[in-house]
Amino acid sequence: MSERKIIDARGTYCPGPLMELIAGIKQIEVGDELEVLSTDEGSANDIPEWVNKVGHELVGTTQEGDVWHVVVRKAK
Amino acid sequence: MKILIIGGGMGGTILANNLARRLKHEIKHGKAHITMLSASDQHMYQPGLLYVCVGRMAPDELYREQASLLEPEIEFHVDPVEEFHLDQNSVKTKSGKTYDYDALVISTGSRAAPEAVPGLAEHSVNCYTEQNALEMWRQVKNFKGGKVGIVVGVPHKCPMIPLEVTFVLHDYFKEKGIADQVEFHYTYPIGRLHSLEPVGKWAEGEFANMGINTTTLFNMKEVDGSGKVVHSEEGETVEYDLLISVPPHRGMEVIEKNGLGANGFIPTDRHSLKMEGQDNVYVIGDTTNLPISKAGSTAHFEAEALAENLAALVKLGEPVRDYDGKVFCFIEAGKDRATYAMFDYGHPPAPKAPNKAVHWFKMAYNQLYWASARGLL
Repeated sequence: MSERKIIDARGTYCPGPLMELIAGIKQIEVGDELEVLSTDEGSANDIPEWVNKVGHELVGTTQEGDVWHVVVRKAK
Repeated sequence: MKILIIGGGMGGTILANNLARRLKHEIKHGKAHITMLSASDQHMYQPGLLYVCVGRMAPDELYREQASLLEPEIEFHVDPVEEFHLDQNSVKTKSGKTYDYDALVISTGSRAAPEAVPGLAEHSVNCYTEQNALEMWRQVKNFKGGKVGIVVGVPHKCPMIPLEVTFVLHDYFKEKGIADQVEFHYTYPIGRLHSLEPVGKWAEGEFANMGINTTTLFNMKEVDGSGKVVHSEEGETVEYDLLISVPPHRGMEVIEKNGLGANGFIPTDRHSLKMEGQDNVYVIGDTTNLPISKAGSTAHFEAEALAENLAALVKLGEPVRDYDGKVFCFIEAGKDRATYAMFDYGHPPAPKAPNKAVHWFKMAYNQLYWASARGLL
């Protein structure tokens, strides 16, 4: 059973939600998921770009109010 | 009320001094007591290491006796904590003593961990310890030209360092007259040159003018020292003759050993700065797991907010304010130009073009730091 951890990066600008994801993904197991909460619109674009380049899996992106929820599964 | 502060870095020192001033009357009448436990009798101005790396400052200029920075009302011991017993409101130190508390503040900081990336510790230099900064200076001084690679891990202390070290080294080689024989290759983990978008855009123009090559979305996987090449998680490579690294950071071992937080970073409420699940334990500076800058500036503003709240707890029985995420970062843009970024949870930064005035203010701040640590600035 895979686990999902949440990174709450709402209201933060530095070091940036994507950098939190990059740091966080090194700490989880293959198959586990990370959900990034971000109020930074750029993250909704940055994260899929990075996930695609590295070869992890983008589970989905949803927007609730001004918060983006981006879920990533560690694939390797 | 017994307040115990673990860590004598920027956050712990500002907090202790600010609190001691606010609680002078209460301390005098035995209603409050402040104790600080630190692993060292020396206090280092860590941003100064950047200047050591290019021979513009000697390491001994960066230190003061920790005891000399503290208000006389603060009980200070060089006796690092080895065990946290949060359920008993006490800690046990290396000397074997037990200290109990009513309120505990953990401010133990973070450390560069180049060993986290295979080959990085052996084949790169960085500016995060005195020894490493001196080694960088030795290699920079002896560098005759070739490829300079700059690689960045996350999380790391001081978000401006990747840019600053590039600017400062570029100016060093220019002044030495070998800039045309040096090829810079700057890499960054995400899809732009800095995590702060306005800073990244500004750096694009600066780097273009300086002829610096860049690769974004570059996360170190391993360093091949014999081939002098860095491989990324994304499948790309950077060749180097001199490799400058901003290693990924971890919190302190004592935090991990006591099970207080993964990788040494303690889960912390972003507004109250309380450790999650604890009502009388607070965390400031690099020790928190907050997704904001790991920087002395963050520790400074957190310490001020927490000092106000702890003093209010003593005087009024409840806290009076939230930490708002405030951070202020200088950005050295070379040997004689600088700018800054200021932001909080609700307001993104908007850095201006660098100029000489901000650089000289930064030079002044290098000395004003000691007033800042004393809680005066």
